[in-house]
Amino acid sequence: MCLGIPARIIAITHPDRLMAMAEVSGVRREVNVACVAGNDLDSLVGQWVLIHVGFAMSLIDEDEAAATMEALRDLGEAQEALDQMRAAEEAML
Amino acid sequence: MKYASEFRDPVAARALLTAIAIKADRIGATRAKPTHIMEICGGHTHSIFRYGLDKLIHEGVEFIHGPGCPVCVLPMARVDECVEIAEQPGVIFTTFGDAMRVPGHGKSLMQAKAAGADIRMVYSPLDALELARRNPGREVVFFGLGFETTTPSTALTIQQAAREGLGNFSIFCNHITVPEPIKALLDDPDMTLDGFIGPGHVSMVIGIHPYDFIAQDYGKPIVVAGFEPTDLLQSVLMVLTQIAEGRATVENQYARVVPEHGNPVSMAAMADVYERRPSFEWRGLGEIDASGLKIRAKYRAFDAEDKFGIGYAAASRNVPEIPGCACGAVMTGKIKPTACPQFGRGCTPDMPLGALMVSSEGACAAYWKYAGARAAAE
Ligand code: SF4
Repeated sequence: MCLGIPARIIAITHPDRLMAMAEVSGVRREVNVACVAGNDLDSLVGQWVLIHVGFAMSLIDEDEAAATMEALRDLGEAQEALDQMRAAEEAML
Repeated sequence: MKYASEFRDPVAARALLTAIAIKADRIGATRAKPTHIMEICGGHTHSIFRYGLDKLIHEGVEFIHGPGCPVCVLPMARVDECVEIAEQPGVIFTTFGDAMRVPGHGKSLMQAKAAGADIRMVYSPLDALELARRNPGREVVFFGLGFETTTPSTALTIQQAAREGLGNFSIFCNHITVPEPIKALLDDPDMTLDGFIGPGHVSMVIGIHPYDFIAQDYGKPIVVAGFEPTDLLQSVLMVLTQIAEGRATVENQYARVVPEHGNPVSMAAMADVYERRPSFEWRGLGEIDASGLKIRAKYRAFDAEDKFGIGYAAASRNVPEIPGCACGAVMTGKIKPTACPQFGRGCTPDMPLGALMVSSEGACAAYWKYAGARAAAE
């Protein structure tokens, strides 16, 4: 919950609500991009971000994303975050 | 050096360990008279244990584990209040998974769920908001907890709920802040802290300047750090360098992610939605001035404390913690987890007495999980 997980923005889904689809290790999840949006939402597509509890909090470069992902895997936090994303889908039912 | 092969960059790690040893010798740090460096963030504690950094590092450098795990500092009374809200008719209570197993005086949220309360683990407050949209006949409550890394997420979620005029969504706000407990620790005469490693992802939101008082008023160095092992080692080296040079400033080791002035959108959302409580209770630390946040009156409609009349303002104080637990002393870094009489006896991850044993970022859980690796390193 305290460590961010890197993800790539692949599409803007609800521009009015500043929501975008992000992909983390093959898992897709809608995230809020208000904190990194700036003026041009579309330019976010393809960029790497650090995601905290469903919010993109910082833009990062691809190398930083890879290094962070590896560190999170070592700590077991990557799996935890992915499990929580999946668990959340069940919670919606 | 046993774990070198596990480092992504073993050469860099070894070089840093050598440089740290030279600096530690220069300032006269020894096993008998160590330099105490507190890592504030539970994520850092986890990383230190995972890589055995406390064993690899020069014996004159001692890591003191700080109170930076929001689940661990949650008083049992707050868990009881969550259960009380969750057991109200019609409520869907949502929470991060981390809080599910934290013991209360009665039930944990996990036990309350097993007993029939509609409690759901979510990944994000946005999931709770979506549940409220889909279940207009139910009241959806989200348990807002965490430091400045998660606070913007609930602030932005409340703003969105307000824009949509959702009447069945509220947040049970127990957000806390990082700088205030550090001040409390610095004012504690029992603590001897020589420097700090600051939490990187908190500073990503608030920047590095909220820590200025540590350097300016208390004359202690603080370095904001990433959580990879080489980030931590480099930050320790930066702290020792400041000590050796007789300086105390706030430095940013994690500049690749942490902007000096933080994230303006997050800070604006937090300022709009939250105000400071006069004081807030921390497990193990007691009441700390201005360390907790409350939803402002203009967003009262989304404040579960207000909706249910349950929460901090209404809570009965001084509810005793479990006898024999040393959670408070561990939380403040006064003793190591293994010195707690309950460690591994009355308290294990399967049967926890304290949250420090439950959260992946808790010091007791880290000691437990990596005990084998630590024994091998010793
Ligand atoms: S071992 Fe259990 S009771 Fe003792 S300090 Fe850790 S969490 Fe608290």
